[in-house]
Amino acid sequence: MALKIIVLAKQVPDTRNVGPDAMTPEGTVNRAALPAVFNPDDLNALEQALRLKEQFPGSTVSVVTMGLPKSAEVIREALYRGADAGYVITDRCLGGADTLATSYTISQAIKKIGGFDIILGGRQAIDGDTAQVGPQVAEKLGLTQVTYAEEILNLDPEAKKVVIKRHIDGGVETVEAPLPLVVTVNGSAAPCRPRNAKRVMKYKNATAPAERKPEQAEAIAAAIAAKPYLNITQWGAADIDADMKQVGKTGSPTNVKTVKNIVFKAKESKTLTSSDADVEGLIVELLNDKIIG
Amino acid sequence: MNSVFVYCEIEGKTVKDVSLELLTKGRKLANTLGVQLECVCAGSGLDGIENQVMKYGVDRVHVFDAPGLFPYTSNPHTAILVNLFKEEDPQICLMGADVVGRDLGPRVSSALFSGLTADCTELEIGEFDMNVGFDENMKPITKHYENKLYQIRPAFGGNIVATIVNPEHRPQMATVREGVMKKEVLDENYKGEVIRHDVAKYVPETEYVVRVLDRHVEKAKHNLKGASIIVSGGYGMGSKENFDMLFDLAKEIHAEVGASRAAVDAGFADHDRQIGQTGVTVRPKVYIACGISGQIQHIAGMQESGIIISINNDPNAPINTIADYVINGTVEEVIPKMIKYYKKNSK
Repeated sequence: MALKIIVLAKQVPDTRNVGPDAMTPEGTVNRAALPAVFNPDDLNALEQALRLKEQFPGSTVSVVTMGLPKSAEVIREALYRGADAGYVITDRCLGGADTLATSYTISQAIKKIGGFDIILGGRQAIDGDTAQVGPQVAEKLGLTQVTYAEEILNLDPEAKKVVIKRHIDGGVETVEAPLPLVVTVNGSAAPCRPRNAKRVMKYKNATAPAERKPEQAEAIAAAIAAKPYLNITQWGAADIDADMKQVGKTGSPTNVKTVKNIVFKAKESKTLTSSDADVEGLIVELLNDKIIG
Repeated sequence: MNSVFVYCEIEGKTVKDVSLELLTKGRKLANTLGVQLECVCAGSGLDGIENQVMKYGVDRVHVFDAPGLFPYTSNPHTAILVNLFKEEDPQICLMGADVVGRDLGPRVSSALFSGLTADCTELEIGEFDMNVGFDENMKPITKHYENKLYQIRPAFGGNIVATIVNPEHRPQMATVREGVMKKEVLDENYKGEVIRHDVAKYVPETEYVVRVLDRHVEKAKHNLKGASIIVSGGYGMGSKENFDMLFDLAKEIHAEVGASRAAVDAGFADHDRQIGQTGVTVRPKVYIACGISGQIQHIAGMQESGIIISINNDPNAPINTIADYVINGTVEEVIPKMIKYYKKNSK
């Protein structure tokens, strides 16, 4: 039995590799200096989706992302690794969204896609670490959720049930949940398979409309007419019947009051070398002061 | 009405430390606001559960006791909070930023359309002016709010600290990691009210959709939170083999071993040893940071340590600015020397 699988993915600034130019001279975050990457946990979710696709021939994996036009990059990346289709949700009015407005927008897109059996996403995104969008999307769709998933152990499409191993505080648990379902996958789950060379060749020219330069329009239209899979579906707020009160800044209950750059108050510190005399001196000082015993 | 609520997470029949810490913080917030502190205890076999929480200054304990409420699953606990909050209309709701709180909090906030801030490191009460538009002269119009919850958290990979306010929606929700707040018994004889709710009134049978087939919870392999000395390694340890030197040093000086997020991500140490905003917060007497550069994420979890010793071959590592002792050198060189001279001098 074929499944309709949806994967939620986000393009994020790579906050794990913050270089010296990550801050501007004014002390603000220089987003341009941070490379944009496929959110790591979302790749783990994609892998679980691709495994289901292999297990149930005829299944499709569709990737949904919301962001700037260039976030179509994560769709291409997912296509290279085995996904079948992608949806980029991009619209000026969606900017400034907190997790709730984001979840509303994504849930509207999922409703429009419709007919899904399982929705998988990463546990959290590295730019915010909130882990909120998965559960909020589930709530908006009226579905239950399994968060912190490590592995999908067994999916029974006839009985509409899935057994999942998940991480809990200090241990693991195995749960059985009904389909359709939202699952968020941990970064410690199986890593995503690499790109497939043939798929890279097939999809490298796939684009979303917002990415295309006007002078390319004709050539791209011709290419898509011959190869429809080169078009990445792009939706704005109107395409997903979004209630404008629930998207973007307006739909976000949380407000950022202030943002402070971190300035540490320097302590008076003693600087030592790695010489034997310095290390022994420190150990003796700590022992004498009964700081270590 | 208008109270500060804490969702108490219960493992078996024991309220978790993170919830008790939040009760202490919640009591302070409630005092500032001049309102009551209330808590929700949901689980199975909870007779006498109020004795674990009341002494932290809880005015009303809401008990939901039914067989399907432990182990935790998302829908029934969400239904409890959503339906209870519709009746009680609290202004603030706090919960632990662990697996349960991070599963439950977003669901509840979505159902109630209220804002939620994850992994706060500080919570304060203050005023807030929000820009709500512009007048005919294009001057900004601001709306003034008093007594709002400041939800303070590092953001953007820990490079900034943001103060988040959700002025127009209730409850104002925040999750906080274990160890970030301090738990303190307010009064052993504190007298609050215990309300035992009819669970079926709050949770329709149809909400029990997830079955827990199997569950293993192990006692923590270490006691980072209670350790008086912590040896902690970062990405600068270079390899798993080098990282293992820290266990040798820790064994010698009776310390626990912690790790930065980068070291955990690199596979040098287990996830449960991670110290920082998204890990454990610690306050040991001595914190020895080995090859840790000191991103704010990490510093948020250890800056209240008594004495901080930084071993780093980069003299400009940010962590050096908060260290009491800075040893300029490689971990490969310094750590064996520390073991050697500890052995020599401690006898």
